[in-house]
Amino acid sequence: MRSDRNTSAPLGLKIAAGAGLAFLHLPILLIFLYAFTTEEKSYQFPPPGLTLKWFAVTWNRPDVWEALGLSVRVAAISTAIALVLGTLCAAAVSRTKFFGRETISLLVILPIALPGIITGIALRSAFSFAEIPFSFWTIVLGHATFCVVVVYNNAVARFRRVSGSLIEASMDLGADSFQTFRYIILPNIGTALLAGGMLAFALSFDEVIVTTFTAGQQSTLPIWMLEELVRPRQRPVTNVVAMVVVIVTFLPILGAYYLTRDGDQVAGGGK
Amino acid sequence: MTAVLFQQVSRHFGAVRAVDSVDLAIAEGEFFAMLGPSGSGKTTCLRLMAGFEQPTAGHIEIFGETAEGVPPYRRNVNTVFQDYALFPHLSILENVAYGLMVKGVGKAERLKAAEEALAMVKLPGYGTRRPGQLSGGQRQRVALARALVNRPRVLLLDEPLGALDLKLREQMQEELKALQKSLGITFVFVTHDQGEALSMADRIAVFNDGKIQQLGTPEEVYKRPATRFVADFVGSSNMLPPDFVEMLGFGRHHASLRPEAIALGDGPGRKHVSGRVTAASFLGAANRVTVDANGTRIAAMLPAAVAVPAQGEMVTLSFLPEDLHTMDGA
Amino acid sequence: MSTVADTSILARRGGLAGRLSDLFWRKPGILLLLMLTPPLLWLGIIYLGSLIALLLQSFFSIDDFSGLINYEFTLSTYRQLLIPSNFDIILRTVVMAVMVTLASAVIAFPIAYYAARYARGKWKVIFYLGVMLPLWSSYLVKIYAWKLILAKEGILTWFLAKLHLLWLLDAWLALPVVGGSSLSISYTGTFIVFIYVWMPFMILPIQAALERVPGNLIEASADLGGNPAQTFRFVLFPLALPGIIAGSIFTFSLTLGDYIIPQIIGSSRLFIGQAVYAQQGTAGNIPLAAAFSVVPIVIMGLYLWMAKRQGAFDAL
Repeated sequence: MRSDRNTSAPLGLKIAAGAGLAFLHLPILLIFLYAFTTEEKSYQFPPPGLTLKWFAVTWNRPDVWEALGLSVRVAAISTAIALVLGTLCAAAVSRTKFFGRETISLLVILPIALPGIITGIALRSAFSFAEIPFSFWTIVLGHATFCVVVVYNNAVARFRRVSGSLIEASMDLGADSFQTFRYIILPNIGTALLAGGMLAFALSFDEVIVTTFTAGQQSTLPIWMLEELVRPRQRPVTNVVAMVVVIVTFLPILGAYYLTRDGDQVAGGGK
Repeated sequence: MTAVLFQQVSRHFGAVRAVDSVDLAIAEGEFFAMLGPSGSGKTTCLRLMAGFEQPTAGHIEIFGETAEGVPPYRRNVNTVFQDYALFPHLSILENVAYGLMVKGVGKAERLKAAEEALAMVKLPGYGTRRPGQLSGGQRQRVALARALVNRPRVLLLDEPLGALDLKLREQMQEELKALQKSLGITFVFVTHDQGEALSMADRIAVFNDGKIQQLGTPEEVYKRPATRFVADFVGSSNMLPPDFVEMLGFGRHHASLRPEAIALGDGPGRKHVSGRVTAASFLGAANRVTVDANGTRIAAMLPAAVAVPAQGEMVTLSFLPEDLHTMDGA
Repeated sequence: MSTVADTSILARRGGLAGRLSDLFWRKPGILLLLMLTPPLLWLGIIYLGSLIALLLQSFFSIDDFSGLINYEFTLSTYRQLLIPSNFDIILRTVVMAVMVTLASAVIAFPIAYYAARYARGKWKVIFYLGVMLPLWSSYLVKIYAWKLILAKEGILTWFLAKLHLLWLLDAWLALPVVGGSSLSISYTGTFIVFIYVWMPFMILPIQAALERVPGNLIEASADLGGNPAQTFRFVLFPLALPGIIAGSIFTFSLTLGDYIIPQIIGSSRLFIGQAVYAQQGTAGNIPLAAAFSVVPIVIMGLYLWMAKRQGAFDAL
């Protein structure tokens, strides 16, 4: 594609691509503006005035803190479980050829390939069938299930890069299976796992569809927001929370990108 | 003492017999080559010695001790890998010290040993670099140091020079040979390059189809190939069909004749054949001439000083009777 | 340098770790089994188990009088899907998913094409993150942003008023089907938000497919006398098609199963996701909810089967 560097894009293409990116970003920027509006009762534009007072109001809202705390705890535990399960699965699939590897890949991807509502309702009816009451752990159960795939995708790509001869070299030099894992495999897949974990955290932190079926009366931050969307009661607080959520989810995405940018497959391609 | 002993060792992958009932005894202190085309079983034999593969059948001993069932990390045998397999996340010094580290050798002691090993392969002071910062030849030396620092009783080398360019390869051949002599460690190396095997090894095992075709010194393998395969694979021999050999008065056998044993013109005590030159090419140190003698194609390597016959010219070629090597069967 | 004992076979390390390590080497199958058991138990029992249990319930029916589930095999629940009010829901959802997919492809293509062929160095990173950040940012916040935009008092109305184009909006809202009393409670609004939320999933696969097209193919087409439109029609589009199909798997599937977007921005007419939600929740009709869930699974199964035949999975 030598000539591409010399020729610049046709004007029409530039406009279409730029407009497309603007379409993706302007609504999110708008969220930042609304967090400062003085208007309480409607979504009036342009905002009649700007204020910082809603940040203080939001800061003093126990329900927001409670929802945030639950979301962070759910995301942390789900990520931990997904890290273990996803890494094990990726290790098994990439290290050995065995009957049924394709099936296992499909099984891991299925929870995000199928619409979330199906996962949600399936889990809910299973809980009610097994008479499991809704709890922190029922939320985690659902989240960990669809977070596995994010860790798996990242880990599988990296495992392929850790060539089999590195592991053989380690064993040849006298390291047993555990030493080889500790000194060779873990350092080589570490950043991929960290990236996968960050994406899993972001995925869980933001999840609402499955959660509505597995949370019962508990309120994660997305559930709290959903209630505000359906029945707006405190618009200014919602505006501030929305902005915070945008920032909180951007950080892991940027982090995961910088951890994997040198690799052959950059994280996050398959949400 | 026997360093490595194979008794009727087989390794099957499904229906494929990668190694098929191989018997082998490598002496202590020997520089041993396993030569053959890809898929001939030589690399699998090396992996059986290292412990990366387990034999399907048969018995393996290393210095008189049973090796089957023993994982690689419990064998005092080290490997230089074809792709070097240096750990990309560790420095050169940490790479070399790795074997001592996992065996629990103290930090000061193992780093000192690693420095010494790097000096031995002529890379002193390279310890702080990363594998990615070294050239192919340097990486190969690191791989060698990393294996030798453990003082293995047998060093295995998998196509050790395959990835290097010609000049570097010749230099490393000499260095490896000198290193082996001074350390006295048994070296076993795998190669598909017959020149490498002939120039470095004390003894060569020629592999094909999972079996050893011939085991002998380089001179034996080169001059008296046991089978047509060996004659064809080691060097480039003229394969003469039984009719032709019979006509020359050697009885009805297949036979091989080295191109460099053939001279232009006849002489006393020599056997001769006549034919028409079909091709002639200049190779620098020699000229290669191909002659069609009654339908049998014969290649001759003639010294550069001899005038090259023109294509289509009728010529007489001759050789000493002892240079023609007859063999039985295929 | 002689720190290692002069034996050829070293003793096994003591303790459980040494024994386990030897076992893993001798029988790699055991290690594989140990690695696979936890994820397979989790996904196989918790996830697949619940899913299959749900799907089985679609073969039961609900007793109209008692409201209890009648545990007898029947296809009557599936027959209910075909009654006009339910079939309308399915049709509406599929039409919406098709429209959203087509529109997403049209909007995504220039972005992907620019990123694949013209963006270099810094701009490549900007394009990549410019797609990844909206793709990963909060689903609900994205919907919320559009609620702000489409609201009667919101930015869109303000903007059109500045341009003296409000009559255009009113004319559009007066149209049947796509119109409504405001954009945020019309199919048009639902359509826009669906595109906004799912379109980023279309960009990366198209970009991946286009990056595999050698640049000289386009020059060759121009060289042979093809004008830009012909080059696009006969060279670029066929080569990008696997990427478009791969991307459409996401946009199509995600639109099919969504129930929150049409609930928040849209008319009161239901989509499949909402129907599932309503049937299992307020109506308590789990069999019908299960039968409704089978619809997107079957549609996606067919879609994936066709996509696979087109070679779309290589572009994922």
